[in-house]
Amino acid sequence: MTGAAQPRALPFQLRGNTYTMMVLKLIDPGHPEFDDMLRTKIMQAPNFFRYAPIVIDLEEIADTEFDFNGLRARLYDLALVPVGVQGGAPEMQMVALRAGLTVIPAARTPQPMNVARAKPEAAPAAAEPTPAAAPVPAPEPEPRGATLIVTEPVRSGRQIYAPRGDLIVMAPVSQGAELVADGNIHVYSTLRGRALAGVAGDTQARIFVQSLDAELVSVAGFYRISEDIEPALRRKPVQVWLDGNVIRMDPLG
Amino acid sequence: MAKIIVMTSGKGGVGKTTSSAAFSTGLALRGFRTCVVDFDVGLRNLDLIMGCERRVVFDFINVINGEAKLNQALIKDKRLENLFILPTSQTRDKDALTKEGVERVMEELKADFDYILCDSPAGIERGALMALYFADHAIVVTNPEVSSVRDSDRILGVLQAKSRRAELGLDPVQEHLLLTRYDAERVERGDMLNVKDVQEILSIPLLGVIPESPAVLKASNVGQPVTLDDKSNAGQAYRDAVGRFLGEDIEHKFLKPEKKGLLDRILRRSA
Ligand SMILES: Nc1ncnc2c1ncn2[C@@H]1O[C@H](COP(=O)(O)OP(=O)(O)OP(=O)(O)O)[C@@H](O)[C@H]1O
Ligand SMILES: [Mg+2]
Repeated sequence: MTGAAQPRALPFQLRGNTYTMMVLKLIDPGHPEFDDMLRTKIMQAPNFFRYAPIVIDLEEIADTEFDFNGLRARLYDLALVPVGVQGGAPEMQMVALRAGLTVIPAARTPQPMNVARAKPEAAPAAAEPTPAAAPVPAPEPEPRGATLIVTEPVRSGRQIYAPRGDLIVMAPVSQGAELVADGNIHVYSTLRGRALAGVAGDTQARIFVQSLDAELVSVAGFYRISEDIEPALRRKPVQVWLDGNVIRMDPLG
Repeated sequence: MAKIIVMTSGKGGVGKTTSSAAFSTGLALRGFRTCVVDFDVGLRNLDLIMGCERRVVFDFINVINGEAKLNQALIKDKRLENLFILPTSQTRDKDALTKEGVERVMEELKADFDYILCDSPAGIERGALMALYFADHAIVVTNPEVSSVRDSDRILGVLQAKSRRAELGLDPVQEHLLLTRYDAERVERGDMLNVKDVQEILSIPLLGVIPESPAVLKASNVGQPVTLDDKSNAGQAYRDAVGRFLGEDIEHKFLKPEKKGLLDRILRRSA
């Protein structure tokens, strides 16, 4: 059974997806020029930042009394849309939840990225002219196709993300670990965790695994869970690809 | 150069404190000046297992807070000349463990000892993070069951990401697997994972397999680390693990259920 291939009668489609989001790490939110400095930074690429979803990192904030709702309002004024928080004391996370923000467990959070986008066409950052006098350059997208190679085991609770490129893992991927790539994923060892290829929508992306024991595999948001993986393919070399709306899994070699 | 070892696991009750006591005793028996530090603030019991609970006056937290000098808090083991215990506080909360404070104590210990062994609390909260932060070696204590293996895997991820070595981009923390409470009969029956399964999932070098043994409980009740028990399998297994840690090539024992021979049955030899 393929997760996305629901019976036609359903009036909706539910599927997983992964987004890279901007993380705003607060170091001194009470700084008198906090807003102005942030505004200057944003003005370097206004279209890129307009209505950008933002995760607020509270790790450095020791003061649990700090005016969280005030900060939210100030971010809205800058046309930034806070969607969640990470890190920080449980009390602060409760305040965030009450304010309608989600709490993102830090271990599952992708590395802070300079680029926020869901679909490839939604990243106009490079097109924005950068003011000549800008003290800090605007974030630039990494070159397309950069491959990320991982040689260490990927442990439970960790997530590895290869933006715009392929992800190659040369060591075991544990149950509870997650591999995410905009491109293809190769695992030259045992995959016991999850692998999500083509998360920015690339339906041509594939997953290649030397020994498949995965909890979940996904291409472009379509997925299959462990229970739906044919026993004959377990612990075997397998490739995973998308055929229309259906995840296919073929033995390799 | 002094080395810091953390005894860690993620999951609780798998044998970290037992192993910390046994391993530090083993290192001291080999002639190394060794200090074992209790990071389990609020729940200390390393001092019980080491049999020095009645001699605790000052503790680790007192030293961190500057209320006592390190040598006022260090307790000399009553059996071994070069073994010391730094107990922790039973009354204070975990926030007392500040990174700066722990670092200061670790630096001071490094000047005086060959090995500093940190007994971590369970979980992946502050106490556990502080215990592993300064480590050069991590001994990951695991029981042969799925949930323990999963938590060990998780703690290995934390070591890769949150240790001082990881943060500074130094050589990674050296990882060692210590499989404890290994009941070869239950493994044989398929009730528990076998060594190979665990090693395959965690893929780190195997330091030792400690059999499930009544000698461990006996040892902790009399406050004498099981390493000193010449007759027990568990004591032998810990001594072998220490040998391997020091680079010796020692065959793994106690992986198969013991054949109960006639003599064994007559003598009712304890494990
Ligand atoms: N090899 C063994 N054979 C039998 N019992 C054992 C063995 N190792 C440990 N135990 C027992 O398991 C229990 C837990 O051990 P211990 O306190 O060392 O675990 P821990 O990991 O330090 O626990 P915590 O997470 O609470 O700090 C104790 O009762 C101990 O006697
Ligand atoms: Mg303990």
